Amino acid sequence: MGLAKAETTEKQEIGAYPIADKSKKLYMSFMYVTFGSLLIGGLMGLLQTLVRSGKITLPWGIGYYQILTVHGVILALVMTTFFIIGFQFTLMEKSVGMSDKQRKLGWLSFWVMLIGTIIAATIVLLGKASVLYTFYAPLKGHPLFYIGLALVIIGSWIAAFVNWHQVAVWKKKHPGEKTPLPAFMVTINMIMWFIASLGVAVAVLVQFIPWSLGYASTINVLLSRTLFWYFGHPLVYFWLLPAYMTWYVIIPKIIGGKIFSDALARMSFVLLLFFSIPVGFHHQLTEPGIHPTWKFIQVALTMMVVIPTLMTAFSMFATFEITGRKKGATGMFGWLKKLPWKDVRFLAPFIGMVGFIPGGAGGIINASHQLNTVVHNTIWVTGHFHLTVAFVVILTFFGVTYWLVPHLTGRKLTPQLNKLGIIQSIVWSTGMLIMSTSMHIQGLKGGPRRSEFSEYGGTAQAQEWIGYQLAQAVGGTILFIAILLMIYIFVKMAFFAPKGETAYPLAQEEPDADPTPAWFDNWKMWVGITVALILFAYSIPVFDLLQNSPPGSPPFAWPIGNQ
Amino acid sequence: MASETKKKHDNKKEPNLKGTLASVMFVLAFIVVSWFWVFGIFVTR
Amino acid sequence: MHLHKYEKIWLVFGIGSLILFMVILGYGAFWKGTHPQSHGQIIDPNNVEAYDAFKPENLGVTKVDEGRYVVNIVASAFNYDFGVDDEGNALKHLRIPKGSNVLFQITSPDVVHGFNVAGTNVNMMVEPGYVSKMETVLDTPGEYTIVCNEYCGVGHHLMFGTLEVYE
Repeated sequence: MGLAKAETTEKQEIGAYPIADKSKKLYMSFMYVTFGSLLIGGLMGLLQTLVRSGKITLPWGIGYYQILTVHGVILALVMTTFFIIGFQFTLMEKSVGMSDKQRKLGWLSFWVMLIGTIIAATIVLLGKASVLYTFYAPLKGHPLFYIGLALVIIGSWIAAFVNWHQVAVWKKKHPGEKTPLPAFMVTINMIMWFIASLGVAVAVLVQFIPWSLGYASTINVLLSRTLFWYFGHPLVYFWLLPAYMTWYVIIPKIIGGKIFSDALARMSFVLLLFFSIPVGFHHQLTEPGIHPTWKFIQVALTMMVVIPTLMTAFSMFATFEITGRKKGATGMFGWLKKLPWKDVRFLAPFIGMVGFIPGGAGGIINASHQLNTVVHNTIWVTGHFHLTVAFVVILTFFGVTYWLVPHLTGRKLTPQLNKLGIIQSIVWSTGMLIMSTSMHIQGLKGGPRRSEFSEYGGTAQAQEWIGYQLAQAVGGTILFIAILLMIYIFVKMAFFAPKGETAYPLAQEEPDADPTPAWFDNWKMWVGITVALILFAYSIPVFDLLQNSPPGSPPFAWPIGNQ
Repeated sequence: MASETKKKHDNKKEPNLKGTLASVMFVLAFIVVSWFWVFGIFVTR
Repeated sequence: MHLHKYEKIWLVFGIGSLILFMVILGYGAFWKGTHPQSHGQIIDPNNVEAYDAFKPENLGVTKVDEGRYVVNIVASAFNYDFGVDDEGNALKHLRIPKGSNVLFQITSPDVVHGFNVAGTNVNMMVEPGYVSKMETVLDTPGEYTIVCNEYCGVGHHLMFGTLEVYE
């Protein structure tokens, strides 16, 4: 901290740079893949809920687990990553600018990710890798599936390096100034993503690829799972942080307000970086090979990651209340009436925020050590992450789409499209509420996740589960209608809406806001603490599992229908 | 420097955030009730 | 960095609740022994019969003492092996008298499976190379569905059994 030149930094305009025309094509390319993935993945989701209702069976020998793998990979890994990297690039160019060379590397990251996606998706569609998006060993998918996934991750790393370079170049030109808030947030998210995805990269490159190619005869199953979940939990924060970016720096502008606190926003992102990685064991609580004390320690660290979200909840309400009161609101909740309910750019992310109340509560329950046995691998968990990712995060991303796409294509969000967007948000919410709630209840009653329709020998419990699966099929159908609506709106905004200027809504600080401490730009310290926490949480248990390993497992291809 | 910043805080009126406090407390109540509900299921099973 | 007075109150209550959760969980886990299963018992997945509990004759329900039972199961794609009845037919149904203390011991010779006695706290991952163990008291009579709740391949949803707790 002593290294910083000044104790605090001066105000600055956020988003001073225009997005170059050359860049717009790149960012739209990320959006095309996003919405193409939404359509394909959503169709798979619809089919799953219909199959699980017991009313239909899939034609042409298509396997349930094949479409389940497509659904998970294409939505959880592909759609989210393409949207996030594209959106983050726009935040970076607006706040710190982008050079031609950086743009070229941006294209490289796009193509590497796209080629990886096409390889992995083709293999899954051919039925050669029905291993689900978690690809747990020793189920063996085709080697090209793992290679495709590795390319997606490597492509995302290129984007991370470009983002860091953008900040570094800007910092050189602006000595002593704080990194603009959007760029700060993107940098944090990409540091988290890079450190986390090293785990899955090691698993894929060192364990899965040689083993699936036959160069290694066995695999250490528990190590591969531990590396996966070392990545798997920060993965969900990689989805969530861009939603937080929207809430912190976009939403205040849309509602006509200012950023509540630049320093607190940075603080919550730093805490998210610290505590989103050393917590993977909370996905492995019911596994036999990890010492319970280390599970408990990671549960405690998981509780720590709740704190920045508590701070975020306060900041959001405070932004709404301060803005409302400035517009003349009185009483305890008068400010609610001053919010722009008829503006889809606000409404969609707002519904998402509300969804995060039960979503977050469910997350705390899942991570609560022995309480996890009530819900582990039941469909409650599926309900939980559809509520958090497919509701909170995706509605926020849709909220971004309504202004980002017209901004990039030089078109307008017409009042009709705005209205259609509001209808879309309500239809989506209705479908997700029905589906997610019935999944939560069925899970508490023991219904398993990731399972094709089954009567389980005709037990009374299984009969009860099927009732909830019917409700999920209703919710899934409504959701698919909402997806078609969203695709229609996207195509309209991309190609057909009237030409015009659409603003990129970035909020500013209050003119008399407290200055932000300069030590927030001490990246070495943040990375150092993050690495120290990871070493603390993982060194001993990983050493222990390597020391006390059972014989490794050979590849099993026949359980997923391969020879 | 530090005392200067402190003085600035004292002079500046804090915004009225009554509604915010009420809202976040409602959120917390929801979290606590949900948690104890599932905890109850765990204990009685 | 300045915190609004109400934000301080909020963080005190918010963090306080998280600490309360941890104290309750920690008391249960370390003093009452309700940790999720974590025995770390290693086994050779290619030769599970070398482990006494998983010899064919020891599979299924065994009464070890008054009110004490052991249930040994081999979970493989896509079947739970509960042993055989007197005629040599594969068992699909377990029976335990109400209120007994039951120790479940399960392992997998192939891929990862789940073992959930639906509607109870018996919910474990079953991984090749490890013995999953959990001790419990089953107090509520009824028929429970045993389901594999970790994806294990195309027949995953056909991997089930039943457990009856009788008066």
